[in-house]
Amino acid sequence: MKQTVLYPEHVALGASFTDFGGWDMPVRYGSDLAEHHAVRNSAGLFDISHMAEIRVTGAQAAAFLDYALVNPSSEIAISKAKYSLICNPDGGVIDDLIVYRLGEEEFLIVANAGNRHNVVVALKQREANFDNLVFTDESDDWALIALQGPKSEAILQPLTEVALYEVRYYSITAGVVGGIDVLIGRTGYTGEDGFEIFTPADKAREMWQTLLTAGGTDLTACGLASRDTLRLEAGMPLYGQELDLEHTPYEAGLGKVVRVDREADFVGKSALTALSQQEPERKLISLQGEGKRAARHGYEIFNLGSDSPIGEVTSGALSPTLGYPVAMAYLKTSANIEVGTVVEADIRGTRTPFTIISAPFYKRKK
Amino acid sequence: MANPTNLKYTKEHEWVLIEGDTAIVGITQFAADALGEIVFVDLPKVGAKTEYMKIFGEVESTKSVSELYSPISGEVTEVNANLAGSPESVNSDPFGTGWLIKVKFSEIPELMSSTEYDALVGE
Repeated sequence: MKQTVLYPEHVALGASFTDFGGWDMPVRYGSDLAEHHAVRNSAGLFDISHMAEIRVTGAQAAAFLDYALVNPSSEIAISKAKYSLICNPDGGVIDDLIVYRLGEEEFLIVANAGNRHNVVVALKQREANFDNLVFTDESDDWALIALQGPKSEAILQPLTEVALYEVRYYSITAGVVGGIDVLIGRTGYTGEDGFEIFTPADKAREMWQTLLTAGGTDLTACGLASRDTLRLEAGMPLYGQELDLEHTPYEAGLGKVVRVDREADFVGKSALTALSQQEPERKLISLQGEGKRAARHGYEIFNLGSDSPIGEVTSGALSPTLGYPVAMAYLKTSANIEVGTVVEADIRGTRTPFTIISAPFYKRKK
Repeated sequence: MANPTNLKYTKEHEWVLIEGDTAIVGITQFAADALGEIVFVDLPKVGAKTEYMKIFGEVESTKSVSELYSPISGEVTEVNANLAGSPESVNSDPFGTGWLIKVKFSEIPELMSSTEYDALVGE
């Protein structure tokens, strides 16, 4: 299994590890619930260096990305970011991505660790018709450290001369943090305010220690267990659970990310245009339960009293913030799946009621 | 952490304390640590029968759910009511306040000693 450059830091902190997309990643350092609450109430620090960074530069960089991805990167202002998808010609999702525009002719794409190879291959295939394009997989050069939670800005500000209040949500800026040249993105995967700090790999351990020291008791090292419950509460999809090649963006509720309304061609355009004009066969639905028993990945969902499943859970947990079970599930649109409908999850043989609600489960107070 | 020498163990990581004709049952620190923080414990009702190495309940953490195997056959005389509100005691004090059920039994089956269990979990 692969290790990030921060692996020795995790060992020193007593982390438990898990295999995530071929990477030996910290799942928790102590209590995953405490780590979850730290991010909601104070701040948490995550090693997400397993994620892939791909830089695209050149006069045709924007035009290339407009063609390769489902929404136009040419519309992203310099120093801003956008959530996007890379789809195959059938409209299946190869990965979900964040595209940061670093300059007029310079973009940085962050892809999921497990999809690094597929994204790089797909982008390579799509660059054939574009000239003056430099395309670099920089994943091994960067460590990515996420500082997330309401106290993130207060912790980071004393370490940098960048005026962080000017770095708005979904923005990125170059700067110096603790004497190290980094890129600071105001993005995240927790439903809280926070930063993702792109750090040169050889400076990552220094950065990790600098941040933990600066945060003191306000900052908790957090593993992937809390990252998963945080993103689930925030209604954010996880590739491999809510997103894959078999589900379209429209089924996943990401239709607004896909821009079929533009003139220029892009990969998947004709399939996605057709899909955008019809009701999908299934939709990603948010479910709220009662009691303490979680409906987990793969559990079947039924209309009340029916024996034919209408879909299954993609992600589910007892929500640490809310105290009740929450789940996301793909459900057939031919079934009754309106908001407010009560359905049943088969939790290891016991039918358990869940109510369909509007996403997300948790939204931070502004 | 040491596995107490006065307890008996199963390969499914439950422990048993024999007190007269009653067995107190819990899961080991090793199991609790492996599960992560426990958020829900599903236990049988008082009066339910347990069977040696058959499932009597479940423990859930945020990331997983695991079945509980009874180390002894008998009848449940008490369940740890505190776990409904404080399931985390299974993590913080698995050999004490995090006990699960008490079972009235008539015979003690084959169980592991603490030395044997230490060897199983590599301590």
